[in-house]
Amino acid sequence: MSLISILLIFFFYISTLIFISGLSYKIIQYWNTPAPLKIPIAPSALDKKGVLLRYFREIFLFASLFKANKWTWLFGWSFHLALVLLFFRHLVYFWPGEVPLILYKTEPFKYAAYPLIFGLLGLLGRRLFVDRVRYISAPSDFLMLIVFIFIASTGMIMTFANNHPNLLMVKNFASGLITFNWSELPGEIIFLLHIFPVFCLIAIFPISKLLHAPGIFFSPTLNQVDNARKKRHLSDWASKKEDDLK
Amino acid sequence: MSTDNQIKLPTYVETPSIRRDSMAGDGPFKASVEIQNNLGFPGEKVDNWQEVAINKMAETKSKYKSVQVFLDSCMKCGACTDKCHYFLGTADPKNMPVARQDLFRSVYRRHFTFAGKYFPRLVGAKDLDEEMLDDWYNYFHQCSQCRRCAVFCPSGIDTAEISMAAREVMNVIGVGQKYTNQILGKVKKIGNNLGMPEPALKDTLLDLEEEIKDDTGVDVKLPIDIENSEVLMVSPSADFFAEPHIDGLIGYAKVFHESGVSWTLSSYASEAANFGMFIGNYDVMREGALRIRKAALDLNVKRVIIGECGHAWRVAYSFWNTLSGIGGGAEDDYALRLQDQLDSNYPQPQHMIEFTYDLIKNNKLTFEKSNNDHRVVTFHDSCNVARGSNMGNIENGQFILPREVIKAACNNFIDMPKNTIKSATFCCGGGGGLLTDDLIDLRIKGAKPRMHALRKSEQESGVNTLAAICAICKSQFSKVLPNYDFDPYMVVSVHQLVSDAIVLKHKLKQKD
Repeated sequence: MSLISILLIFFFYISTLIFISGLSYKIIQYWNTPAPLKIPIAPSALDKKGVLLRYFREIFLFASLFKANKWTWLFGWSFHLALVLLFFRHLVYFWPGEVPLILYKTEPFKYAAYPLIFGLLGLLGRRLFVDRVRYISAPSDFLMLIVFIFIASTGMIMTFANNHPNLLMVKNFASGLITFNWSELPGEIIFLLHIFPVFCLIAIFPISKLLHAPGIFFSPTLNQVDNARKKRHLSDWASKKEDDLK
Repeated sequence: MSTDNQIKLPTYVETPSIRRDSMAGDGPFKASVEIQNNLGFPGEKVDNWQEVAINKMAETKSKYKSVQVFLDSCMKCGACTDKCHYFLGTADPKNMPVARQDLFRSVYRRHFTFAGKYFPRLVGAKDLDEEMLDDWYNYFHQCSQCRRCAVFCPSGIDTAEISMAAREVMNVIGVGQKYTNQILGKVKKIGNNLGMPEPALKDTLLDLEEEIKDDTGVDVKLPIDIENSEVLMVSPSADFFAEPHIDGLIGYAKVFHESGVSWTLSSYASEAANFGMFIGNYDVMREGALRIRKAALDLNVKRVIIGECGHAWRVAYSFWNTLSGIGGGAEDDYALRLQDQLDSNYPQPQHMIEFTYDLIKNNKLTFEKSNNDHRVVTFHDSCNVARGSNMGNIENGQFILPREVIKAACNNFIDMPKNTIKSATFCCGGGGGLLTDDLIDLRIKGAKPRMHALRKSEQESGVNTLAAICAICKSQFSKVLPNYDFDPYMVVSVHQLVSDAIVLKHKLKQKD
């Protein structure tokens, strides 16, 4: 096997290890940190069903962002929706052995690349041209978008500009990562350029703003039921203050 | 109403282009040694303040899920950047909610995250140095903790939580704000924000009883420290002396009179406001709540009702059950000692608006609505009521109930533009511990979005009365309205509208 294949395979496992351990660490940290006070934000949910509905609206429709800014919503929502569709589209490659028929049906999802790049360029445009958003952007915020745009562009060049790498090799390489049955990387440089930044993103996930993905589920403003008068809410450290009063 | 000859204003304040450092400065007056020590904080900035501050940040984020999660999960999308009334009014970019959070977040990143430790420039991580601390003090006292930004944040990030955490860290290193901390000292010592002692309070109530008698010929009582009353009424102390607040207090008294429900104020717990929330200090906030608990137990009341005060209602509604067991549904002995005494047929605590609303729905009150016909009323949703509480235990009850009470007492009610009310309401500009003269420039500028909305309603619908249910809103508006060419006396309590229209049928003295 070529050195570059070995290095990339090695990098994949390192990234995945960082991803899983780092993300687990953060999720456990979020889980274990108490929320001593009830702080749901309006329009708040009066019961658990309401909280679920709220999350449905936020996660699938980006409801708050829609209220906030229609352009950011349009760019952000198309980008995220496209990401999901393209994730399913890519499962074909990673699926070991016989691929379920349903995954072949995801072929049209490749066109999600267009809303993906549209959304990304829109978000980048906002960062560059809206003075408020430019002010709050750190170099990493630009870099993140540029990396995504790079991944999207290389993917589109392969898919839509007739630069397909050897698909059998792609499949063997990708599914080999899952089954530990490693095989050679396809020779086309563009494939390498496509997949390397993806592995980078996997690695930086737990140490970057990509943490907004797990974070939203732990937001007390969103996940708390607004029932403070009906049910006493007491965290461990706060209840200790009452020990001398009991 | 014809608007032909009047200038049309936009329904919202146009988002300004950013003007760096337009609100740079030293911030509000700092608390003296005595004020700080009184609350158990160091009197002056401690020598190893950086170390103490970083340790306090670590402690705070380990005790508050909100702080830990919010510091990590901002993706800098910019949704909040044009939502803060202080940004809209000042154009200072550090008043954009995300930029305000970033003052705290950049230090968090530098000290607590891998990326910030090794690649500070890349991710905008910064050290906590003198300059940063000055920015903290200045800009975390340009946040009224109104939470409007949080309504629009796709991650639910609430800048108020960060601003409270930052103020807590600053207090712990000995850098406190005079206004808030001085007031907290008064509550601690005397029981109310004004430092109004018991005899003065009792005199005031007697004067008010006389005033109502002269006005209406009816003996409406304002009882205080009466054991075994049905209701303990806790209102902001501004209701005892400030205009227009005091007319709201008269309104509560008339409603209680008509309801026949016995009620009492407490000289020990004569303050609903709880500035402990503003400084993000759990213990100070709890201490305030415990005073009410003690009063409720000592006076052996069945219900606790809160007067018109915005953040007090958030603290009472959302936090009291946690802090002091004033609420329902507890299983522990400490809280049950009180909750067994309280009448579980009613929400505990209850807002005065809920009490009045229930009476209206049950046809227990009669109104001569034409008494308010000289008014075209609009309602300012106070931020803490709108975004941090509920009323009536129905969805959006905190928006519905006050409006229903106003409509029961007035014929002319008009809402301000949709994007400036209810959950998107604009802060009055004086909340969160900023209602002090040393911040008057900020207060005037921060009121701008609300003033624009009010102007639109004035021009399109002839609105001449601004009703509010928050002591801070009422004081702030009375002060800043003239700066926008409005009559400062157009501000009223919701219960003043009730007071002016209610028909006192029960001429006899209050039933016991």
